[in-house]
Amino acid sequence: MIKLKANAPGVPLADQWDAYKAGCKLVSPNNKRKLDIIVVGTGLAGASAAATLGQLGYNVKSFCYQDTPRRAHSIAAQGGINAAKNYQNDGDNVFRLFYDTIKGGDYRSRESNVYRLASISPEIIDLCVAQGVPFAREYGGLLANRSFGGAQVSRTFYARGQTGQQLLIGAYSAMSRQIAAGTVKLYNRRDVLDIVIVDGKARGIIARNLVTGEIERYSAHAVVLATGGYGNVFYLSTNAMGSNVTPVWSAYKKGAAFANPCFTQIHPTCIPVHGEFQSKLTLMSESLRNDGRIWVPKEKEDAELIRQKKLRPEQIHESKRDYYLERRYPAFGNLVPRDVASRAAKERCDAGYGVDGHGRAVYLDFSDAIERLGRAEISARYGNLFQMYQRIVDDNPYRTPMMIYPAVHYTMGGLWVDYELMTTVPGLYSIGECNFSDHGANRLGASALMQGLADGYFVLPYTISGYLSHEINTPPIPTTLPEFHLAERDVIDRLSRLKKSGGNESVDHLHRKLGKIMWEYCGMSRNEDGLTKALGLIAELKAEFEAGVKIPGGLKEYNPELEKACRVEDFIELGDLMVRDALHRKESCGGHFREEYQTPDHEALRNDDDFAYVAAWEHKGRDAAPEMHREELHFETVKLTQRSYK
Amino acid sequence: MKFTLKIWRQKNATDKGGMVTYKVDAVSPDSSFFEMLDQLNQQLIGKGEDPVAFDHDCREGICGTCSLYINGRPHGPIRGATTCQLHMRSFRDGETIYVEPWRCGAFPVVKDLIVDRSALDTIIQAGGYISINSGGVPDANAIPVPKPNADSAFDAAACIGCGACVAACPNASPMLFVGAKVSHLALLPQGRIEAERRVQQMVAAMDSLGFGFCSNTYACEAECPKEIKIANITRLNREFLAAKLAAEKEKNGGFTI
Ligand SMILES: Cc1cc2nc3c(=O)[nH]c(=O)nc-3n(C[C@H](O)[C@H](O)[C@H](O)COP(=O)(O)OP(=O)(O)OC[C@H]3O[C@@H](n4cnc5c(N)ncnc54)[C@H](O)[C@@H]3O)c2cc1C
Ligand code: SF4
Ligand code: FES
Repeated sequence: MIKLKANAPGVPLADQWDAYKAGCKLVSPNNKRKLDIIVVGTGLAGASAAATLGQLGYNVKSFCYQDTPRRAHSIAAQGGINAAKNYQNDGDNVFRLFYDTIKGGDYRSRESNVYRLASISPEIIDLCVAQGVPFAREYGGLLANRSFGGAQVSRTFYARGQTGQQLLIGAYSAMSRQIAAGTVKLYNRRDVLDIVIVDGKARGIIARNLVTGEIERYSAHAVVLATGGYGNVFYLSTNAMGSNVTPVWSAYKKGAAFANPCFTQIHPTCIPVHGEFQSKLTLMSESLRNDGRIWVPKEKEDAELIRQKKLRPEQIHESKRDYYLERRYPAFGNLVPRDVASRAAKERCDAGYGVDGHGRAVYLDFSDAIERLGRAEISARYGNLFQMYQRIVDDNPYRTPMMIYPAVHYTMGGLWVDYELMTTVPGLYSIGECNFSDHGANRLGASALMQGLADGYFVLPYTISGYLSHEINTPPIPTTLPEFHLAERDVIDRLSRLKKSGGNESVDHLHRKLGKIMWEYCGMSRNEDGLTKALGLIAELKAEFEAGVKIPGGLKEYNPELEKACRVEDFIELGDLMVRDALHRKESCGGHFREEYQTPDHEALRNDDDFAYVAAWEHKGRDAAPEMHREELHFETVKLTQRSYK
Repeated sequence: MKFTLKIWRQKNATDKGGMVTYKVDAVSPDSSFFEMLDQLNQQLIGKGEDPVAFDHDCREGICGTCSLYINGRPHGPIRGATTCQLHMRSFRDGETIYVEPWRCGAFPVVKDLIVDRSALDTIIQAGGYISINSGGVPDANAIPVPKPNADSAFDAAACIGCGACVAACPNASPMLFVGAKVSHLALLPQGRIEAERRVQQMVAAMDSLGFGFCSNTYACEAECPKEIKIANITRLNREFLAAKLAAEKEKNGGFTI
């Protein structure tokens, strides 16, 4: 039976982290050398953790499925990273960042973790700058900041439109230094397929060498998962193609609780889907909304003519355009938070006002801004994004408004962790996007990068030492233990079952099917009927998958289809859990919009009396329904208020 | 659109490999090159054949995973773009397209179009970083950096480590890649302290890994998807020379000879 105990120190919020650090147990340098730690994932969370743990003197084994850590999906983040530095002297401080993050998460995240995140944020920037991350600067040589959707202060640090890349290169270089020093050993092109538990503690992993197909065992005194988000459950998303849930899912099956799986962040400014063979959606930085105005035609007839390419947007007179965000949310206008902007776009398109061939796009128009600021200024601000858009869509956004549509972007749910970032399995940690802790229901921008680096550089290295201080007398874990043997056998059985299943449909085909179900019924808005229907559809899909998928190639070789098959099998099971979670949460909050629970003017209606908790699911076996546990959320410092962007 | 594809197929590192011809049709001009390959692969899987293996992940031009010579050019015909950013409208309907893996001794073929680029990581491990520990660093604004330097450092740091520069170079030299890293760090005050040691170690690593030497053909700059400038190679040479002179000076008890 899973017990959820968050274990935050029992002192006032602002003192908790210092109190924790002052009281936590340390491991002496000569003992650190004797302790092995596995870190799965080399994104911002995993690379920063591996670098720091290696530097402290532990033996780190680091895993990623890419050919090099520098390609982890964190590289794709464009916008920026928040920190309460108050360099702009606009009244920012730790409390304000904490407060904005709690509120942005619609009061569904844990105060203690979020406060710690905000208080660590300034140090992250210091460290990254010391590593040589080329953040944007003012002419005076000091760091520049910008503001990001939803915030009233300028606290976002950025490196042009490539913040994630630059931060990851920083963490990757710190890690490379440790690889050279021998404290970190890198295992690239490895697919981690199972977690090994010995006497109730996480002690290792089973991985498949993607090049040779060999199944390998690795052991350690503790295992850290930093495997990123599971947005690819929707098939089309802004995530990298290889992003997956597999290590997290095997942890769940081995007793780690999975929290708030249905909380998905949808990003409003992505390039719309063009056709059946589309594999991936490209995000356009949110900063575009600072100057672009979003609209659709006021008349359905005009929208229809546009869809048939008989009318161009420039030909629609100002008076016949519906700037629906400015109309509905006069205070925030085009800068409303992501969930609000996304839903409003879907609502207009569903009502028949969408503008591309499929009626699944709205306009993001820069003509006013170009008139006001000049083409040169717009090009200086957004030139690279305009170029990217033009390359993909083959249309010139300086002349014709861009077409955008929301897309799945970020998953706030993940493995349940306590204050120490430990899951419900002792010795198993989860950091970055693959845990749930700091996000709540709706992520603001620029918080995910902050959390990944906070976890990896500054939190885990402290909290893991408390656990490892009890392990200094445990000799290296032999991979010959029966638990390793069993786990390896399960993996081999699974792979041969998949390989032999011999159906007619390809893995991609079934994945696309899953994506459609998830997007339709568990996407931007959900309702009881749709979710119930989705449960049935997923069960059918699961049966179809089990009846057979077609996987060419062998087991003992480079076999991308086999790799995908494991991932999609896990995504199907995860989809089921997401739907159950969405179904049980009879309220709307942030990224989770249940149509039955809305205010008379169609805004999300939260229910704090009944749902101010984290829903953490426990796996009860293959054919049993999962069991839900609650972590009640206590808000001692902030007052719960309704969000309003009118 | 319809295409004839001539694709390099090679089962594994030891297989000899060769070109195989395929046909795809009903390709949307809006498809990316990889979506076209996905389409081909679905066709192959349908027939129970091995799909073509190629490296890709972000599919938006930033992770540096994708590779491929397309009609003999790294990342294909579009300037300043990766393979994943290439769309089929850039080709003529009915065209025959040649697709091959990076060819360079330091990048052995793994399978089909996938090569092993870990030599680039080895170069970084030799010194492509600033040696500081996490925690206990000064406030970020304690060391101002002139904006032009920060901007140039960023331009160099934009390298995605794809290896196209090596693939484009007739000598298979990674000088643009190394130059970009050396410049990125040398342009910032934080990186200056170890600059001499860094450049020597990185160049030594590069020389030991089976890459060729730069003979200024400029092919790297022309094919780099991130438009990294050749000026970075010039800076690399300058830094290397300065480091060498300094080392000699030290060896000779402070006298330059
Ligand atoms: C397009 C885009 C733009 C974004 N922009 C921003 C932004 O501006 N600001 C912001 O704060 N956030 C942004 N985000 C969110 C943010 O980038 C991510 O949440 C964050 O980078 C996740 O980091 P991570 O370290 O947890 O995981 P990742 O970077 O996803 O790394 C996952 C790692 O796990 C490894 N892995 C996964 N599965 C396996 C397996 N089975 N076996 C072995 N290894 C495995 C991978 O190899 C990889 O190394 C953006 C996200 C996207 C998609
Ligand atoms: S310099 Fe250019 S071509 Fe070479 S690795 Fe970097 S991005 Fe690729
Ligand atoms: S797949 Fe990431 S750069 Fe092409």
